[in-house]
Amino acid sequence: MNAIRVDLQLIADMVEPATRALDVGCGDGSLLAYLVNFKRVDARGMELSQAGVNACVANGLSVIQGDADADLRDYPDDAFDYVILSQTLQATREPREVLRQMLRVGKRAIVSFPNFAHWHVRLRLVFGGRMPETPSLPYKWYDTPNIHLCSIDDFRGLCRDMGLAIERAIVLDRNSTPINLPPLLANLLGEQAVFMLRRG
Amino acid sequence: MEATTDTVLDGLADAERKALARCRHAVLGARRPLRLDCGVDLGPYRVAYQTYGSLNADRSNAVLICHALTLDQFVAEQHPVTGKEGWWDSLVGPGKVLDPARYFIICINVLGGCMGTTGPLALDPATGRPWNLRFPVVTVADMVRAQAELLDHLGIPDLFCVIGGSMGGMQVLEWAASYPRRVFTAVPIACAARHSAQNIAFHEVGRQAIMADPEWKSGDYRQHGTVPARGLSVARMTAHITYLSEQALQRKFGRALQDRDALGFGFDADFQVESYLRHQGSTFVERFDANSYLYITRAMDYFDLASAHGGVLANAFKGSPTRFCLFSFTSDWLFPTRESREIVHALNAVAANVSFVEIDSDKGHDAFLLDEPEMFRTLAGFLKGAATVRGLKDTP
Repeated sequence: MNAIRVDLQLIADMVEPATRALDVGCGDGSLLAYLVNFKRVDARGMELSQAGVNACVANGLSVIQGDADADLRDYPDDAFDYVILSQTLQATREPREVLRQMLRVGKRAIVSFPNFAHWHVRLRLVFGGRMPETPSLPYKWYDTPNIHLCSIDDFRGLCRDMGLAIERAIVLDRNSTPINLPPLLANLLGEQAVFMLRRG
Repeated sequence: MEATTDTVLDGLADAERKALARCRHAVLGARRPLRLDCGVDLGPYRVAYQTYGSLNADRSNAVLICHALTLDQFVAEQHPVTGKEGWWDSLVGPGKVLDPARYFIICINVLGGCMGTTGPLALDPATGRPWNLRFPVVTVADMVRAQAELLDHLGIPDLFCVIGGSMGGMQVLEWAASYPRRVFTAVPIACAARHSAQNIAFHEVGRQAIMADPEWKSGDYRQHGTVPARGLSVARMTAHITYLSEQALQRKFGRALQDRDALGFGFDADFQVESYLRHQGSTFVERFDANSYLYITRAMDYFDLASAHGGVLANAFKGSPTRFCLFSFTSDWLFPTRESREIVHALNAVAANVSFVEIDSDKGHDAFLLDEPEMFRTLAGFLKGAATVRGLKDTP
């Protein structure tokens, strides 16, 4: 129970204790459980798969079935201190609207996503001539849930367009270790990124 | 004049007498009557209830089970009238999800019921004659008010959990809306925030069947020494179909014939499904009062939580501190998942703490009363998490 995935741990570290958080696409609930048990967070979850929901509820977590595109709009403004979307943005139908909703419902949004400009991906496409399959993008082109992939720089661009303030940006390498590099290199060497945003 | 338990007992059917001999009861509202939604002041009235386990020192482990339309307070024991095992034996009992060693479990026969709580069977204290159809029409909110009065009487400040399915789920929602500070967790199962047109329609068929029975005598059948058995039986048969799924009926009976090898070319119960329904109807008559059936189905029909809160369901839960866990079943067409989802949307709209579990089952609405391990597992997890937050110890 103590150990959670490195990227989830990074997200958990961004969340202040005793706050309110909504984890959209909470999967098996490991981040939720961590936030509840170790940071006394009033943490709720939303998960697409009913099996995932049931497993979370059986672990005593507050989770409903729902998806980021359709169900965030139910919540009132400022309902949470944080709305978290880990490794899910690229699978939403309208990432821009999802981000907007996250920052309406939450004072802050924490978003993690795979970087489509990672050198591994670039090599596969440029020299392999095939759609990239990497550890963070393990799907075939025809069965991937990822329909809106982006690079770290793309994401920064969207935040700029939407007038969102980037409070923190952490880039992780292939071993999920945070790396501290200038943006151009980060966009090449980072396999995934975690951003904390607030309304600008 | 304060009615004593004895004078109220005089108007009782045998079934009710047997029930009262086996459960607890209290006469309430003698000094301060219950103001019903219809405007009538009811009092004194009797509330029959059953308890399992004991209240802990800080009175924090009370669980209220709200029963469905035709069920009663005999949740986890042999029924005094039918001799059948408790209707929620699968959930309540030693080693079960709701363990009396851990919780003080209460189940109260609803207002308008016929297992000991005041309803059309009882005597009108003003006239000394049975209420029958002169009994005021009660609502789900009235039922819940009477339950709250009993908890006051018992000195129970708040409930760790209010749980129930179907009409029981409606009561759970009403509890959470009317007494949010007294409800730590709410578990509405297989229910809706308002009764749908289709459900009202089915109830109306049942009521018309009862009232069309010449033995019903405008509700005064007991004075005439008759029982509208045919009508009540048809009402039950109709309702029973709505509790099952098409798949479950097909799996259980198919087109199998009853005690014969070939079609009878007549109107006996050729098919097993007919025989089954007739049996359901005739046994129901032995344990349930026809007038009570009219009143309780009416209460369900009138239930519309949003309309009581300015037409917006979310308003019913504004600022609610309660932790909710809703359950629905995939094959339930009487209270389909969609209805539970509407409640979830309303709870999200006020950022309430809510979990929602849909259970995959082909058993229809009845699934909530049956052995559904996935429901038990998730419910146990939900209650365990909530008990930790509440600081409930493992043993009282």
